[in-house]
Amino acid sequence: MELVCPAGTPAALRAAVEAGAHSVYCGFADETNARNFPGLNFSPKELAEGVAFAHRHGAKVLVAINTFPRAGDESLWHRNIAATEAAGADAVILADMGLLAYAAKNHPNLRRHLSVQAAAANPDIINFYNREFGVKRVVLPRVLTVAEIAAINRETPEVETEVFVFGGLCVMAEGRCSLSSYATGKSPNMNGVCSPATEVEYVEEGDQLAARLGDFTIHRVGKDQPAPYPTLCKGCFTSGDQVGHIFEDAVSLNAQDILPQLAKAGVTALKIEGRQRSRSYVAQVVRSFRAAVDALAAGQPMPQGALAALSEGQATTTGAYAKTWR
Amino acid sequence: MDLTLGPNLFFWEAERVRDFYAKIADEAPVARVVLGEVVCSKRLPFWQGEIPVAVERLRAAGKEVWLSSLALVTLKRERTLTEELIDAGVGIEIADLTALAYVPEGAPFSVSPLINCYNVGTLDWLAARGARRICLPNELPMESVATLAQAGKERGVAVEVWGFGRQPLAISGRCYHARLHDRIKDSCQFICNADPDGREVDTLDGERFLAVNGVQTLSCATSFVGREIPGLLAAGVSALRLSPHTGDMVGLARAFDEAVKAGANTDALEAAARAVAPGGQLANGYLHARAGAEWVDA
Repeated sequence: MELVCPAGTPAALRAAVEAGAHSVYCGFADETNARNFPGLNFSPKELAEGVAFAHRHGAKVLVAINTFPRAGDESLWHRNIAATEAAGADAVILADMGLLAYAAKNHPNLRRHLSVQAAAANPDIINFYNREFGVKRVVLPRVLTVAEIAAINRETPEVETEVFVFGGLCVMAEGRCSLSSYATGKSPNMNGVCSPATEVEYVEEGDQLAARLGDFTIHRVGKDQPAPYPTLCKGCFTSGDQVGHIFEDAVSLNAQDILPQLAKAGVTALKIEGRQRSRSYVAQVVRSFRAAVDALAAGQPMPQGALAALSEGQATTTGAYAKTWR
Repeated sequence: MDLTLGPNLFFWEAERVRDFYAKIADEAPVARVVLGEVVCSKRLPFWQGEIPVAVERLRAAGKEVWLSSLALVTLKRERTLTEELIDAGVGIEIADLTALAYVPEGAPFSVSPLINCYNVGTLDWLAARGARRICLPNELPMESVATLAQAGKERGVAVEVWGFGRQPLAISGRCYHARLHDRIKDSCQFICNADPDGREVDTLDGERFLAVNGVQTLSCATSFVGREIPGLLAAGVSALRLSPHTGDMVGLARAFDEAVKAGANTDALEAAARAVAPGGQLANGYLHARAGAEWVDA
């Protein structure tokens, strides 16, 4: 299986490639991609250099242009698609229907992948994207079980599937969530950010520390406890007489143990989340997953437990891949 | 500008559904009604018998009727259900793009606010494919609404804006109602029917924040655009969508109708909106390019 690794910076791209990534994905330093964070992402020149470096090492570069263009201001997104082709990148990852139509018409030779932000969750819609826009690969939303992924692959012979195996975990269908903008005015779809740091405030309240996002308290912990980042859907809330993580605990995804099942389900590519992560984190995760993928290909047992310490809040889940998560 | 009654997002008893649409047909000044199960296919067997009854009743009352698809189609059974909607002889509103895969090229359809139509490129593509109406995503600011309403006019597509109701913010594979009752989705025992306007989720400070509705997460505050009616009229928006709640939707539709005809918000409309909104809490932040939860005293 192909290992698709995050590159938030040119240095992270080189680190991922050197650690054994088959492909890296990255974005431009603006609101056209879903990790629009300060100090992150690529200029067109850096992208061209990154593509050259990756290609020299036999790795591919996939460019995410996966936000939804602002009405009347689509030219920025269009320019970045052109810059992706000019840099010699191997594919562009899109979510917006208008952009898919634009790219298919104006850049027919640039390979098109469907972003997870399009949340294509069944064979009929995946084949539709293939038919209408020539999409060759779809990144599956994190709402599907392994059995459902296997069924999708059986019915979509023209389209490869890519699934997330490690890192941050959306519990909602991606690209269809405006929780962040409801609290802060800024969303993944429009601004490429979720629960943005610019809207986060930590407030000391006696012996407690409250984490606020916009005007809302997302969780509160004792001052000597670790305070997870206040991502809205991982917050602690109340409902009736219940108090707790109503949507999801502060967990992250780790599907390393089920790589054999994903391979059997016909998955082409495994995606690691984390363009906002450090170069050393990326290198460590990529190395571990590359060892696992190589072991799998050689018919050897999976290496165990190497990644636990890297996971958010030290707790991990296989998320929707297991039916009981729902 | 006229009024559309959106699909009921909650799990209501069949009897409540029947009474609701009968009353809407007889008394509410809405031009059209969109109905159908949007949130969870497991609920459908309990009330689907009411759909043809409501369609007939609404049509007899002169309403234009559209049938909504599910918002998230994953199972084989859900794909079949969605495909069968095309054959029902009623216009379809696509709430998951999957539904469009079954619509014959060029056949007319309506687009739910749960479809990501953020810009003219997407509107163009949907229009070319046969879209006749598009209800825009909730998080768009007025500037984008105006651009899209203008583009819609030029292409013969009616552009609609969410006018009233708890706003759909997210859809998931996981059922939060079941989770709150320590169950999983497969053994939910249809517990979401206990909360016909959604179950409220507060912050640890007791601030009202969100509402869960099975696999859907809604805003706790009810979106209300009464004060923005002049701006929406000037922008060329063709309809306001009212999303059903258990309160007096007929009274609300009447108040909206009068305000739209007068070209501005009225005290009576705002009072009707507060009366129907669960907890009386309103929000209008999105149109003002602010957080969706905010109430801008416009």
